Amino acid sequence: MNQIGKLIYLIVIYLFLYAPILVLIVYSFNNSSYSLLWKGFTFQWYENLLKNTDLQIVALHSLVVGIFSATGATMIGTIAAVSLYRYRFFGKKLLHGLIFVLIVSPDIVTGISLLILFSAVKIPLGFWTLLLSHITFCIPFVTITVYSRLVGHDRNLFEAAKDLGATDGIIFSRILVPLLWPAIVAGWLLSFTLSMDDVMISFFVTGPEFDVLPLKIFSMVRAGVKPEVNALCSVMFVITLTMVIIYQFLVWKKQK
Amino acid sequence: MTSILVQGDNELMRLQLTMDNYLHLFNSHYVRVFLRSFILAGICTFGCLVLAYPFSYCIARLPEQYKGIGLLFVIIPFWTSSLIRSYAIVAILKTHGIMNTFLMWAGIICAPVQLMYTNTATLIGLIYTLLPLMILPLYVSIEKLDVQFIDAARDLGAKKYQVFFNIILPLTLPGVLAGCLLVFLPAMTLFYIPDLLGSAKTILVGNIIQNQFLAARDWPMGATISVALTLLMGIILFVYWRCYPSRQELL
Repeated sequence: MNQIGKLIYLIVIYLFLYAPILVLIVYSFNNSSYSLLWKGFTFQWYENLLKNTDLQIVALHSLVVGIFSATGATMIGTIAAVSLYRYRFFGKKLLHGLIFVLIVSPDIVTGISLLILFSAVKIPLGFWTLLLSHITFCIPFVTITVYSRLVGHDRNLFEAAKDLGATDGIIFSRILVPLLWPAIVAGWLLSFTLSMDDVMISFFVTGPEFDVLPLKIFSMVRAGVKPEVNALCSVMFVITLTMVIIYQFLVWKKQK
Repeated sequence: MTSILVQGDNELMRLQLTMDNYLHLFNSHYVRVFLRSFILAGICTFGCLVLAYPFSYCIARLPEQYKGIGLLFVIIPFWTSSLIRSYAIVAILKTHGIMNTFLMWAGIICAPVQLMYTNTATLIGLIYTLLPLMILPLYVSIEKLDVQFIDAARDLGAKKYQVFFNIILPLTLPGVLAGCLLVFLPAMTLFYIPDLLGSAKTILVGNIIQNQFLAARDWPMGATISVALTLLMGIILFVYWRCYPSRQELL
């Protein structure tokens, strides 16, 4: 009985999470430009999408920035979490606090600050500023995810490894990374999500020639959502789904 | 970050130091917005926590081979744009939308209920968008929790609620805290959700900052509100750390 209750609860939450996406996919086949009512089945919006090279480029931009920034942020964030946990160094407490300041400072504040920074150093706004900003705002999230997994692990594990002659590099790659793997993966996924989703920071730090999907959609929503965007998001949803399943398959294979 | 901003709020506009903007902040209008955002974000965080805790717990207790899939399906919806998902919520909540049609079909209500452009709609949108940010840290810390502690407590005669409040909750507190932080903050600043779902009345701090920057073009005022917001968050964090003496264990 208890098991059934749990299952029902899981299903209800999943339904809550997925209902809008299902609605979105259904509407991307709806034969009506602006109405939310059902007017019949059509592939018209997908055909429009194939013709719209502008949207495709923007989507590609988002994907590239998402992958690069998530990877960069995960590497830096994991190392940061590990050093915060293992080593004692000058300004450690300050650094620890600063991570929270970064998480605590709202997106909009981060966006403005980065914009001012980039214009002060005179870096032209575009791909690189966008990538740097995305890495910057993802790092604290990775660090927090990895760190909260680290806390509670037995410190003696590292002592034992050291006694047996392991260098710091070996400890990191043989003990820490496998131990933290779930958190690292979670951190990467979280970063990717944040990067793909971000409107506010991108809005401030990207140049006019490098548009990303959320910004494009944001301007489209303000002008009234077009069904093409529904179709585009459905396509992207299917692509990410495939990507994630392949990734998961690879991870499982490795474990076996 | 904040220090750059304090500098910047003069630099970008005029190189003239002034405290006027900070005095404007105590204008009743801004205070009201802050309070309203605070309450809305608080309800949203609480809602997320209540929904996410049992959920993460169930997922973490699933058989090993289903865990990954369970977690995965939490993240996938959020790889698609949250703007579009907010737009999809419109389709569900609007007067002749799916929700009302369903409720009328089920006989719960006899006339369509106004759901769109209310605080409720904003709240649903916020919880929907931020739920995974609560689930992920919760899952990470619940998954780490050793089941033997629970079994031991049960063996020693602890009741279910005692096990939960004395063992499970304290041990997963880092996750709870991380989740609350990750949810509460964006909840105050996600300006496009009230934009799409809420009424003109449900203006969040995020909306007002965005207005100052984009519509009113009053960058220093916008920056001032941002600084105030950041300070407020700093205070919340500080209080949190003070309340829990074992701060080493928390995050």
